[in-house]
Amino acid sequence: MAKYLLLKHYRGAPAAVNDVPMDRWTPEEISAHVRYMADFAARLEGTGEYVDGQALAPDGLWVRYDGEGRPPVTDGPFAETKDLIAGWMVIDVDSRERAVELAGELSAAPGKDGKPIHEWLEVRPLYGEPPLITE
Amino acid sequence: MTAPFDEALLRGLVPGVLGVLVRRGADFAAAEDAVQEALVEAVRTWPADPPRDPRGWLVTVSWRRFLDATRADAARRRREDVVDEEPASGPVPGVDDTLHLYFLCAHPSLTPSSAVALTLRAVGGLTTRQIAQAHLVPEATMAQRISRAKRTVSGVRFDRPGDVATVLRVLYLVFNEGYSGDVDLAAEAVRLTRQLAAVVDHPEVAGLLALMLLHSARRAARTAPDGSLVPLAEQDRGRWDTAVITEGVAALQAALARDRLGEYQAQAAIAALHADARTAAETDWVQIVEWYDELVRLTDSPVARLNRAVAVGEADGPRAGLAALAELDGSLPRHTAVAAHLHERDGDLATAARLYALAGERAPTLAERDHLTRQAARLNTHRGRSCGWARVDRTRNPRIQGPDDGMSGGAV
Repeated sequence: MAKYLLLKHYRGAPAAVNDVPMDRWTPEEISAHVRYMADFAARLEGTGEYVDGQALAPDGLWVRYDGEGRPPVTDGPFAETKDLIAGWMVIDVDSRERAVELAGELSAAPGKDGKPIHEWLEVRPLYGEPPLITE
Repeated sequence: MTAPFDEALLRGLVPGVLGVLVRRGADFAAAEDAVQEALVEAVRTWPADPPRDPRGWLVTVSWRRFLDATRADAARRRREDVVDEEPASGPVPGVDDTLHLYFLCAHPSLTPSSAVALTLRAVGGLTTRQIAQAHLVPEATMAQRISRAKRTVSGVRFDRPGDVATVLRVLYLVFNEGYSGDVDLAAEAVRLTRQLAAVVDHPEVAGLLALMLLHSARRAARTAPDGSLVPLAEQDRGRWDTAVITEGVAALQAALARDRLGEYQAQAAIAALHADARTAAETDWVQIVEWYDELVRLTDSPVARLNRAVAVGEADGPRAGLAALAELDGSLPRHTAVAAHLHERDGDLATAARLYALAGERAPTLAERDHLTRQAARLNTHRGRSCGWARVDRTRNPRIQGPDDGMSGGAV
């Protein structure tokens, strides 16, 4: 059993196959996409593999500490070139193979013309706890 | 004034009670739900009003809950079926009910995570919420995992013996998961294995119990107050639980006397040899290597071979350990950590530092990553202070780390 993060990017991932910005889809295509994502999460809850999922707004900014008694320094919004996370899903699965299989299904979410987007998703293992028996 | 409430005692009754319901003809999934409801009721009412016969109380209340649920179900489906108030006199199986329950929950048709979840609930009597918390997943997800698992085994007949080895694998997983939130899964695994050992006479069951006890005994010493890992060689052995070690060694000796060696007995024997050494320096590495030879023969496991290389490094010197390591696949988890440790023992600190850093990047857990990165930093700091890339004079740095950096080869 291991947890994996499936990471979706607004920017920074390699180009998808069906790479058309969402504002050029039809409203029905957008609805179909949203429904696919919701169904996918519901299905994973049904298989006992769903942990968490969140979407992120794109308008973020950089913040850093600037010394005692001073307000934090900010920089933003993000420049166009930055890698930009769009959202994530965390799953709890029996194997890495299963994580890859599920990421593949999520990447098949429909986009323009109802065809799969084939977008690149980043799959990252979460650190677990060290095992008790190690020798 | 209420009597102290012993939840472990209550949960110890679960397998027997569930067995009674199934023997009376209840289907497993419904019976399991009914027992869970009775448990919730027991937790609520027993502290103020403890029953004289706890097991009888649980059987009665569970059976009632089962009948209520069945009736409601039947009504919902507009069925005419009438369930008799009297217990059905189903066939009495020859094998202990508890044992059957273990077999069912570890059935080979289940995935490991499903078998673990079902065992914790149906045999362990934990609630879905507790199991979910222990695994850091939402309760709804765990509820689905458990109900799917129940469906998967719903067609399995309850009166056929299964394979003890599958049960032991599941209990081993529960123990080794290492999570300890509200519910201590390692302690729960020990309890379930102890309970299993009481109903089945099998040297590997005793071997696994011994293995768990011997590792449990070291738990307090394996983590520093700040949460960082303490390698075996650096642990304060005064903090090892001697009573638990004594019990583990006794269980192991009884198992070994049966002369049917198995992998858990071999692993327990290695743990017992560590437990036996008053200091790390007194460890009988020659005997430990012999046990690893047995373990490799029994399992042909790459992990056993990797840990054997660590032991060889201690018994015959780091060069011998490195030679043993060279025969193994470099992509094995923790291989790099072992290589780093052996190179350090061999005095090649530059290589060791590089490999520790690499092992840190590849570590499967955060605690190991931090530990390995610290090892790299320790070596880099020494080298930076002395003479750059040249080797440090070992006589000025006599403190050599234990056999287990990065947890391989018996860290904790």
